[in-house]
Amino acid sequence: MLLALLVLLALPQFLGSYLLTVFIFIFFYAYLGQAWNLLGGYGGQISLGHAAFVGIGAYTSTYLAMTYQLSPWIGMLIGGAAAACLGAVIGYLGFRFGLRGFYFILLTVAFGEICRLVVSHVDALGGALGLFITFSGDPWQFQFSDNRYYYYVALGLMLISMGIAALIERSRMGAYLAAIREDEDASEALGVNAFGTKLAAIVLSAFLTGVGGTFYANYLFSLQPNTAFGIPLSVEIILRPIVGGSGTLMGPVLGSFILSPLAEVSRTYFARGGLSGVHLIVYGSLLIAVVLFFPRGAYPYLRGVFRRLPRRGAPPPFRHLPPGVARAKPAPERPRDP
Amino acid sequence: MTLALIGQAALNGFLFGGVYSLMAVGLSLIFGVMRVINIAHGDMMVWGSYLAFVLALRLGLDPFVSFVLCAAAIFCMGVVVQRALVNRVLNAPHEMQILLMLGVALVLENLALVVFGPDTRRTESAYGLATVWLGPIFVDVARLITFGLALALSCALYLFLFRSDLGKLIRAAADNGYGALVIGADVERIYMVAFGIGAACVGAAGALMSALLPFSPATGFAQTVTSFNIVIIGGMGSLLGAFLGGLLVAVAESLGAVLLVPSLKELVGFVLLVLILLFRPQGLFGGKTT
Repeated sequence: MLLALLVLLALPQFLGSYLLTVFIFIFFYAYLGQAWNLLGGYGGQISLGHAAFVGIGAYTSTYLAMTYQLSPWIGMLIGGAAAACLGAVIGYLGFRFGLRGFYFILLTVAFGEICRLVVSHVDALGGALGLFITFSGDPWQFQFSDNRYYYYVALGLMLISMGIAALIERSRMGAYLAAIREDEDASEALGVNAFGTKLAAIVLSAFLTGVGGTFYANYLFSLQPNTAFGIPLSVEIILRPIVGGSGTLMGPVLGSFILSPLAEVSRTYFARGGLSGVHLIVYGSLLIAVVLFFPRGAYPYLRGVFRRLPRRGAPPPFRHLPPGVARAKPAPERPRDP
Repeated sequence: MTLALIGQAALNGFLFGGVYSLMAVGLSLIFGVMRVINIAHGDMMVWGSYLAFVLALRLGLDPFVSFVLCAAAIFCMGVVVQRALVNRVLNAPHEMQILLMLGVALVLENLALVVFGPDTRRTESAYGLATVWLGPIFVDVARLITFGLALALSCALYLFLFRSDLGKLIRAAADNGYGALVIGADVERIYMVAFGIGAACVGAAGALMSALLPFSPATGFAQTVTSFNIVIIGGMGSLLGAFLGGLLVAVAESLGAVLLVPSLKELVGFVLLVLILLFRPQGLFGGKTT
């Protein structure tokens, strides 16, 4: 673990600028994935609207920086707080009204789309064209002339998110979240405050995601509602933890190390050949393969291989798993208990 | 803002709603029977649209005729997707099914991008510009035909599900898959057919819509989201709800485009969705599943 950290710290000295960019995206998406993992992985509350938090955080800090010259380092926290507020609203409405599973997913999608549509119609935020940050190279304005600093910021963000996830995993809240994920009704019967726990998880997750938005804006130097709030970004966020293994500490990181380079390489390779859509076909096929052959994600699988568990090799398909190994099939959804 | 303009918008929305209804009925059927959320729904629709476009271009077939062929083709696509992929994750956790369908959606969308290019298309129809005036407002003939066909297809599906033996089995499997297995129904085949029919609905909707609205590979996901909107608003698993929900959302969007900014019309649908989710999550017409 320490060795890996040292390697990552020393790595920028040896990398070219292209590989550096790849690593920055790996860390950044691992960070966002870990933030999502707190709610979606540990708590089992799938959100497909996390881009809304990225967008809110990014727009808040950028707007404050452009209008009041407030440093994005401070704006980052304000943006995170703004995202946390939105998270609290979504969480309060969703959990108070007992939306579970697919219904909660749709609620998050709807809020993400509402944010996107509203922001594209606010002229102070640049409308559909978005905001453009002029480069000043001032570190206080979150701008670095050397990509290596972005590398360290992204690495720092990822490590912070892993620290938070590790703390939660070991805390009472982590146990509550796991209990809610496995069986919400049973956990409530045992006295778990499901509403409060889920609300805390979504607020924390939204805050971290919102903080990431500031990095997003200042690394790309521009913000468009369609990309910062769009569903494609939400999909990118959700993919990494699920491919890596949702509800595990290393899952989002591993998923990001698998997916980000793959996306990057296939994008460059196929775009050069003039086939702009092919890299996403590869991406989609990989997803299908992961679901069919590594349904619990790469990390639990690898761990199983290394520990030489009896079930070595490809895990059996879902329907033959003994009870207790796979999550029980969720009961048919009832939107609200009578 | 005259009354005639609002009436015109409402009528346009209502007639357009037939296509929305058809695509939502397809989604609702798939969800109702298999409890699988077809995230590739909109992309199957785009493939239906492109097929209609190609048939019109090469063979000169009007989309109001060729929609039958498109539906058949997308039926096959649905059957293949169900057999090869969906069937294997029927008992998997929700997020895995979603991820799988997301993969399918990505593949279908970008396959369309590679094959047909990113340009926005629109299928030419002989009725594209015909209108009939009714006093102060006009009726778009293409929309009228579309509405009629969508209504006819929905009625045919209703008759199939409630009158034919296979349809009754599909409803039985939707109600209780295990029970259907116990009475000796070939549940695997039922699932395959149900997925195919759901896909055929959206394929036909895609072909019909291609004459009304421009489309491109990128419109797929938006159509998926709209279908979800409608199905939730109408009531998950209720075919009547999906049909009426389609009309309702289309009218609301059309009115929103006139009363607000045109580009904000989607907002109306989402606000409607949030309100429904919070205050009547079973949907307007929701009750038991089909």
